[in-house]
Amino acid sequence: MRRLLTDTLVIAERNLVRLPRAPELLVAFTVQPIMFVLLFRYVFGGAIKTPGFSYADFLIPGIIVQNIAFGGFVTALGLNEDLHKGLIDRFRSLPMARAAVLAGRTLADVVTNGLSASILVITGLIIGFSFHTSVLDGIAGGGLLLLFGYAFSWVFAFLGMLVSSAEAANSVGFIAVFPLTFISSAFVPVKSMPAVLRAFAEVNPFTITVDAMRSLWLGAPAGNNVWGAVVWALVIIVVFAPLAVARYRHAAGQ
Amino acid sequence: MEANGSSEAAVSVSGLVKSYGSVRALVGVDLEVAHGTVLGLLGPNGAGKTTIIRILTTLLKPDAGSARVAGLDVVHDAAKLRERIGLAGQYAAVDENLTGLENLTMVGRLYGESRAQAKRRGHELLERFELLDAAKRPTKTYSGGMRRRLDLAAALVAKPPVLFLDEPTTGLDPRSRLQLWETIEGLVAEGTTVMLTTQYLDEADRLASEIAVIDRGRVIAEGTPDQLKDRVGGERLEIRLDEASRAGDAAAALASMADEPPSIAEDLVSVGVHRRGGAIVEAVRRLDEAGIGVEDIVLRRPTLDDVFMSLTGHIAEVAEDEAAAA
Repeated sequence: MRRLLTDTLVIAERNLVRLPRAPELLVAFTVQPIMFVLLFRYVFGGAIKTPGFSYADFLIPGIIVQNIAFGGFVTALGLNEDLHKGLIDRFRSLPMARAAVLAGRTLADVVTNGLSASILVITGLIIGFSFHTSVLDGIAGGGLLLLFGYAFSWVFAFLGMLVSSAEAANSVGFIAVFPLTFISSAFVPVKSMPAVLRAFAEVNPFTITVDAMRSLWLGAPAGNNVWGAVVWALVIIVVFAPLAVARYRHAAGQ
Repeated sequence: MEANGSSEAAVSVSGLVKSYGSVRALVGVDLEVAHGTVLGLLGPNGAGKTTIIRILTTLLKPDAGSARVAGLDVVHDAAKLRERIGLAGQYAAVDENLTGLENLTMVGRLYGESRAQAKRRGHELLERFELLDAAKRPTKTYSGGMRRRLDLAAALVAKPPVLFLDEPTTGLDPRSRLQLWETIEGLVAEGTTVMLTTQYLDEADRLASEIAVIDRGRVIAEGTPDQLKDRVGGERLEIRLDEASRAGDAAAALASMADEPPSIAEDLVSVGVHRRGGAIVEAVRRLDEAGIGVEDIVLRRPTLDDVFMSLTGHIAEVAEDEAAAA
């Protein structure tokens, strides 16, 4: 167990150290989310009615949840690259904890997710978003966000081990996750959607998590959404972490 | 030679079988490597060389058969065995975004060393492999030869008694190959046991004390490089003629010098000779008598290429990815 922890930290460190040296990744973490915030706020924002909220307040929790779900992409691409460059073989020939390669990856994602979420909050504050709740609720919101991002890192870890190339990871990931994030309350009120989409959006974990974020940061009535969001995140981890680890053993055993 | 004082071989493999779906990668392989020696696995792409290495380094489980490395079973003692082996792969498996030192430190820590220990060992290895100047540069700035050296250094972090090298010099320029060969020879001189795969016959010839020729998942020949060369017979005389049209006449004139009829390829006549002494003079005299002009004449020892050709019936192909084919 101690071994798993130290090996996980070694791998996490490896993935973080390399970050500043891969400028294209930094752009993905920083410039891209800012661009999305500006586009939504100023291009679509005027046309979308969000009763009870200004669009800036409505948008920021939604776009942050979407952004953090995609943070796991780094894990999918990175694992796929490691697999093809023989690094996974090297790791598997070392006397290290088996789960550490994936655990270290996803742990590194938590740090980068925190970084890009902070950038988004700051961008939000500049374009008119503001917190309407206590500091404690604000921090709880941050925690929920990181947990949700961590859960999706495992989804992407599984994906990265499943597909044959980084390009495939990119397109499969995009096709699988992008609609999920849009058919939710992230960018528009669910009430404005046609009935079928609306039924889907209401049970979508993204809607539940975004609503939970709005209640923690804006004080909107949350119902069971905060706990619902926590449960969703845990369920995703419980399902996808073992799948990813099994796939890691299998894929590397070829 | 028994560097470790134990009577067991450093590597012993018996009846190894492995299939990928319907593709039979290994169909019963037996091998033995004595301590402190080098076994070269020689074979074309898809022969099963990499599969053998992957099983011996615990990356893959065999379907049947057994293998012991450094006294440990590759399946039952896999975790323990990983502390005793080093693996350097076909692709230089280093993290391109980490520096040379960071790569080695990471590997050391994954062997359970403290950060300080791992760093010290990393320095030592970088110095030995003449990479100290590049220690603090991301490895994506390294040349192919430097990456291979770093990859080999990473395999040596824990001073493993048994080292596995999967096509260590594929894709390297001649100078880098030579450097890497010298490094491997140095390790063997210190008592390391090495198993390496290669498609390069000159590499096996230079490094290996024993060679196992692998084809279609089995060992088809085994022995020292000289033993294998003897199996294809003695020396060959190769004569290039002025005129290809006289090749038939030349073959007839030289036929009694050899057991087998001379072979002809355009203007090149090739004769397997009984004895080396005087063969050139004899051939020139006979051709001169027959009035056949000779452009060039050489006496050639058989190479491992000839061995390979006569054993497998095909020439060793050079392509980059055996794993994909397997």
